[in-house]
Amino acid sequence: MLRQLHSLPGLIAALFAIVLTVTGAILSLNPALERIDAVLPAAGQISVAELSGKLAEHYPEVEQIVRTPSGTLIVYYTRDDQVGIDQVDPRTGQAIAPYQQSSFSRWIKNLHRSLLLDTPGRAVSGITALLMIVLAISGAMLLAARMGGWRQILQPVRGTLSQRLHIKFGRIVIIGLLLSALTGTYLSAITFGFAPESLEAEPEIPLDVSDGIPAAIDTLAVLQATDLNDLRELVYPYPDDPAGMYSLTTDQGAGYIDQVNGEWLSFQPHDASHTFYKFIYMLHTGEGLWWLGIILGLAALTVPLMAITGPLIWWKRYRSKPKLASNSGANTADSVILVGSESNSTWGFAKTLHDSLVKAGHRVHTAPMNQLASNYRSAQRLFILSATYGDGDAPASAKQFLSKLAKINKKPDFATAILGFGDRQYPQFCGFAKKVEQAISAKNWPQLLPIDSINRQSPQEFARWGNALGEVLGTELTLLHIPERPHTITLELADRVEYGVAVQAPTVVLRFKAPKDTGKTGMLTRLFKGNGLPHFEAGDLVGIVPPNSPIPRFYSLASASKDGTLEICVRQQSNGLCSNFLYTLPIGGSIEAFIKLNPDFRPAPGKKPIVLIAAGTGIGPLVGFIRHNSAHRPMYIYWGGRSAESDFLYQPELNTYLKDKRLTELNAVFSRSNERAYVQDKITLDAEKLRKLIQTDAQILVCGGRGMASSVMAALNEIVTPLGIDVATLKAQGRYLEDVY
Amino acid sequence: MKKLTLALAMAATIALPTLAQARDVTFTTELKNYGGDGAYLALYLVDANGKYQRTLWLSGKKSKYYKHLADWARGSGLRSSEYDGVTGASVLSGQALKVTVDIADELIDAGYEVRVDSAVEDMRDNRADVSAPLTTDGVGKSFPGRGYVQSLSYTF
Repeated sequence: MLRQLHSLPGLIAALFAIVLTVTGAILSLNPALERIDAVLPAAGQISVAELSGKLAEHYPEVEQIVRTPSGTLIVYYTRDDQVGIDQVDPRTGQAIAPYQQSSFSRWIKNLHRSLLLDTPGRAVSGITALLMIVLAISGAMLLAARMGGWRQILQPVRGTLSQRLHIKFGRIVIIGLLLSALTGTYLSAITFGFAPESLEAEPEIPLDVSDGIPAAIDTLAVLQATDLNDLRELVYPYPDDPAGMYSLTTDQGAGYIDQVNGEWLSFQPHDASHTFYKFIYMLHTGEGLWWLGIILGLAALTVPLMAITGPLIWWKRYRSKPKLASNSGANTADSVILVGSESNSTWGFAKTLHDSLVKAGHRVHTAPMNQLASNYRSAQRLFILSATYGDGDAPASAKQFLSKLAKINKKPDFATAILGFGDRQYPQFCGFAKKVEQAISAKNWPQLLPIDSINRQSPQEFARWGNALGEVLGTELTLLHIPERPHTITLELADRVEYGVAVQAPTVVLRFKAPKDTGKTGMLTRLFKGNGLPHFEAGDLVGIVPPNSPIPRFYSLASASKDGTLEICVRQQSNGLCSNFLYTLPIGGSIEAFIKLNPDFRPAPGKKPIVLIAAGTGIGPLVGFIRHNSAHRPMYIYWGGRSAESDFLYQPELNTYLKDKRLTELNAVFSRSNERAYVQDKITLDAEKLRKLIQTDAQILVCGGRGMASSVMAALNEIVTPLGIDVATLKAQGRYLEDVY
Repeated sequence: MKKLTLALAMAATIALPTLAQARDVTFTTELKNYGGDGAYLALYLVDANGKYQRTLWLSGKKSKYYKHLADWARGSGLRSSEYDGVTGASVLSGQALKVTVDIADELIDAGYEVRVDSAVEDMRDNRADVSAPLTTDGVGKSFPGRGYVQSLSYTF
């Protein structure tokens, strides 16, 4: 619901919001530019009478003086029967320059207010401002839900590039945008008469004035008593008009002044509604508050980015929504699948399960978890496939699940299997699936399979769960889920270095290149792609689709595309289809591969120290980070292997990096050497040094198998406990990153 | 039907003497290419002492801007009864405003003047942008303006 409240107005308003904010940002410069030019005398220094006396010398036929909120003083005059307008110096009454607003600025202003379409355009602008209020508020609430609470709102963001840009910029500028949108909506409401501009009456127009000869302007008492800084407008009487009078508007009020005796003929002080309107106007335009104008202008400039990334995120989610074939009714189905999904990726898995159950002859009903019914009349089994949102919370399509479940008292006839989807890097891995599991087992519902989990949409883990399910059902169930069948490119093996055969850890570093010009690549392609590789950085993943299997396997990249090669480090697994294929791949052999960006596993920008921790092939991406450390920021690596003689991966490279200062310290430990140490042992040994590094805001990046990762985490937890924090704290701050497989 | 026609004819005959003492005067106000938004214009009559008498025409829809037509605003007291039924859209840069107004004969050649106040958003206000004596001699003459008005002329 909240999401729709964000997406729908966003999609409608995107284009208009871009126009409104870009023009708004340009206009926001005006108050600051005016301020630079304006001469601002101190309060009490110059009275309006003094100024107008000086003006009389230079402008015999003044008609009107206007002081803008920025303090610019403008004089309307007539000379040789032609009208003119000058900006004047308040101290001398002399002209600074003719005053004219540029036609560009006026055009921008019209575009901003009315899209150059007058009243219909003004309506569109007003509605866009209103939608921006909705977007800012719903966006803030979505952000809080996503991050797991208002307190976590500033924590590092994960996700695709679009998502990260949208959130990172959004949370910085949201207050400014909300202010601009609220004030803009108010001003628009005034234009259309939905809100009063001011309830204040105009000053009464006097019927009688004193007879006599008009006094010199600098002798008029009211003008003498009015400070120049309070002046807004002074309108002179028509020359030689015996019934003429001055009209004066100040910050305090407005009224008419007798031209003979210089006293008020009538005066109307500003009331609260007028002051409120002026305040709102100032907040929106920055006129009289130039620095706020600049801040709001900068905030507005991010809206085009939001308006592009927002629909991109929406489109991706929309496109990944699966289309289910032969979905049975809730009461006729023998198998029910309930899906808890935030970004729709879990739906893809549900569809695979749905299709293969249908293929096996079942009647299957698949629905969002929110649609949990109190009874499924024909059901024999219930599957719950759920992701987790934020800090162990329910994803969008499962928000009402637990409350609906609580209301069901009847013990069902069907058996339940729960499968959680998540990412082990998050502290609450499959947190919501576990909550569902607890709620269901508390109700003593029959269990079909124990709860299981899928890390990072792993097709292998899903297939394994399918096998287990097939055994229980007594039918062969092949769950072949390919999350997004990506477009692969062909790469050729250019170089290979083998390690570790002697210690039963056959490992190989492979370097691939794009095949030599096949004749198909045009000049443009060569110009833009250079080496023929798609864009990637060290730490990203390459998905390799081995022959005889449609399921891709992912490997961490040790190189960036700008290096000209795609480098991975592969350990041969005894039954590994893909690792055996790669391990035996001859030079010149080709692979089908695609890039999966993994932007969350990167050293943070800056100069802070980096601690890299890995075992075995986990060193791959870390070597990539070191290789690109041309700024020579402090980098420490802790790595564990089996034997310095056999599987010391990247030994020559690492020594080179030590020499040229790209690497600060190399700590390699070996389990089959005399020391018989693992990487976590070395970490514990270096506790004092690591604690100091962490105190200087060092970032830690861990890459390797799950067992090693949890041992390292346990060791580091011990190390940081004296600092009053734990690894979870560091994780939340984005200072402890894992790439675990 | 016949009765109605007769009644109308009779009414016209009775009304005729008063009608004969007024005439239709057509005012043409041409604007310069001042290059801004639409201009707010007030056409009004003042007596020989320069005292406001009557609003002839008011261009511009938003009453909150009327105070910028300062002399007219003072004279009319911004009372809507002064301009009800004689308002129209603002006049764009370079365009002309042509209005026909019924004016009593006794006001012609009697020292009365037609004045135009003009105002444009974000640009200066002009009081008495142009003024022209309302005389038989003045028919067809072009009176130059000082601000946004290029010229004012009238015929009757």
